Amino acid sequence: MSDVPNDLRYTKDHEWARLHGKVATIGITSFAVEQLGDITQVDLPKEGESIKKGAVFGSVESVKAVSDLFAPVSGTVVKVNDPLSDSPEYVNEDCYDEGWMVQVELKDANELEELMDAKAYQTYLQEQDHD
Amino acid sequence: MIETRQLIHPERPIFEHGAEGRSGASLPELDVPAIDAQKHFGKLARVTLAALPEVSEVEVTRHFTRLSRWNYAIDLGLYPLGSCTMKYNPKVNERVARMPGFAGVHPQQPESTLQGALEIMWRLERVLCELGGFRRVALQPAAGAQGELCGVMMIAAHHQSQGRAPSKVLIPDSAHGTNPASCTLSSYTTVPLKTGETGIVSVDTVAQACAENPGDIAAIMMTNPSTLGLFETDLGKIAEVVHAAGGLVYMDGANFNALLGKVRPAETGVDVMHINLHKTFTTPHGGGGPGAGVVGVGATLEPYLPTPTVEKEGDRYFLDYRRAKSIGRLRSFFGNFGMFVRAYTYMRELGGPGLTLATEMAVLNANYIRARLKDVYSLAYEAPSMHEVVFTDRKLKRETSVQTLDVAKRLMDYGYHPPTIYFPLPAVTGGAGALMIEPTETETKETLDDFCDALRAIADEAKRDAEMVKQAPHQTALGRLDETRAARQPILRWRAK
Repeated sequence: MSDVPNDLRYTKDHEWARLHGKVATIGITSFAVEQLGDITQVDLPKEGESIKKGAVFGSVESVKAVSDLFAPVSGTVVKVNDPLSDSPEYVNEDCYDEGWMVQVELKDANELEELMDAKAYQTYLQEQDHD
Repeated sequence: MIETRQLIHPERPIFEHGAEGRSGASLPELDVPAIDAQKHFGKLARVTLAALPEVSEVEVTRHFTRLSRWNYAIDLGLYPLGSCTMKYNPKVNERVARMPGFAGVHPQQPESTLQGALEIMWRLERVLCELGGFRRVALQPAAGAQGELCGVMMIAAHHQSQGRAPSKVLIPDSAHGTNPASCTLSSYTTVPLKTGETGIVSVDTVAQACAENPGDIAAIMMTNPSTLGLFETDLGKIAEVVHAAGGLVYMDGANFNALLGKVRPAETGVDVMHINLHKTFTTPHGGGGPGAGVVGVGATLEPYLPTPTVEKEGDRYFLDYRRAKSIGRLRSFFGNFGMFVRAYTYMRELGGPGLTLATEMAVLNANYIRARLKDVYSLAYEAPSMHEVVFTDRKLKRETSVQTLDVAKRLMDYGYHPPTIYFPLPAVTGGAGALMIEPTETETKETLDDFCDALRAIADEAKRDAEMVKQAPHQTALGRLDETRAARQPILRWRAK
């Protein structure tokens, strides 16, 4: 079963968000990584750009397909994990730490509360597994 | 169990063949005064010779023939590439297209000497109008994607002439990627519509999107049947909703091969639709091209057709450039004429009832595969299949460590080109891998049975010997390639060692 850390919030599209003060770090879950297979390219927004909850903010390309990244929260991008452009394998190796994607200054902290917690996400993953 | 066996030569790049000074041609002695290139062209003159291969004729012939034997083609076997429609090209098409009267014409000949070619174009347009229910069909676009662009440009021209400037186009998430690309090229933004669990676009989803963007909907682009292989049952009502919101209805007719003689799209509210001649009317595809993405329109968009159109006056055919509101010319001359000859040949060979039968066989074949495999591979959608069927690997992944990619690779050992995988996107959400299979109408029951047997055998192998399947293919000239490294560290050109 996929690794689902307790301290994170999750979307149905398999992104995670971790809050420090007003800034949320965003990445994709180990379930997403398992499904994508080897990631070959990560396209992310630039610092200063704003992203909107539920809207596409970037994409990951794996040997299988290109998949959109959906923003778990709205806000302004304050930092981008630049090393991913040369080393997309970090996402495969450690999606919750070195493979993070962007940091966003939140527009509305409540948005984070609307996301699933680890328990709810785990239940969601189990449901997905059924036909 | 059929496994492929063939004498395959390993083959180096052409640059590693040959020797300095070797050539496949002998030119006569120079019989004009030599010039000093440096003096004539200055800095533009080449100082060192281009590093082209220096090879004999026999080396070139063997090189490319050997490479061709690594390849797969529709003339070798079933090519079930869903959404791409790799369909058999009847040889009579080629025979007719090679007749000197067609193969030898030049577009700048006097019109009076091009009457036969123009007549083919005129007749082809009439058949397409009859099949699609359209008033006119533009033959110019050089491929499906350009046909889409042509359609979207006509939509934009229509809104402009009405003094409107809506900015959005609705596109279901099951669409081909070219749909949003055509919109972006025409400065529209796209609003994605979720297809949901049934795979069908619902009237409610469209109505809601229209309500959220009042006065701002330029069009909806619907593929019918969709890339999920499903018939969009609500297209008629969706068209009413979009028209009421001031938008037009574009139908991506890529999958028109499932509708011939059954549905005239224009009668379901479609204002404009492109048809890929290769997918429905057996012109070459997949490197054999070129393409032809003809575009049918109803009365609303007729004034905006690209020029020239082919018209008939008495017994005379002519090119008509008079169309005040035309979006103009899309391509040099008149489109890919050789494809028109092939498509028209196919139409005349089959006739109306034959085209209807082709559609019925395409749908029957897809559903036959569906019925034969649905207990080993999971169906992506419950709705009946049209011309193609989408499976997922949910069941396989639950029971084994084998995934879609492995199944596709292993299929090559059985002598088949793999189907499209990990597409369409709605079928791959939630981590499933998709197998999208389009057998087309020409395959026999024996071929379909062999193919289904192979896929069933692979599902069985996955349980017994997963590692072997995960290392497939074993019978091809090259085994499993390191696709990850190829994508992360691509080597895009040959370099001398």
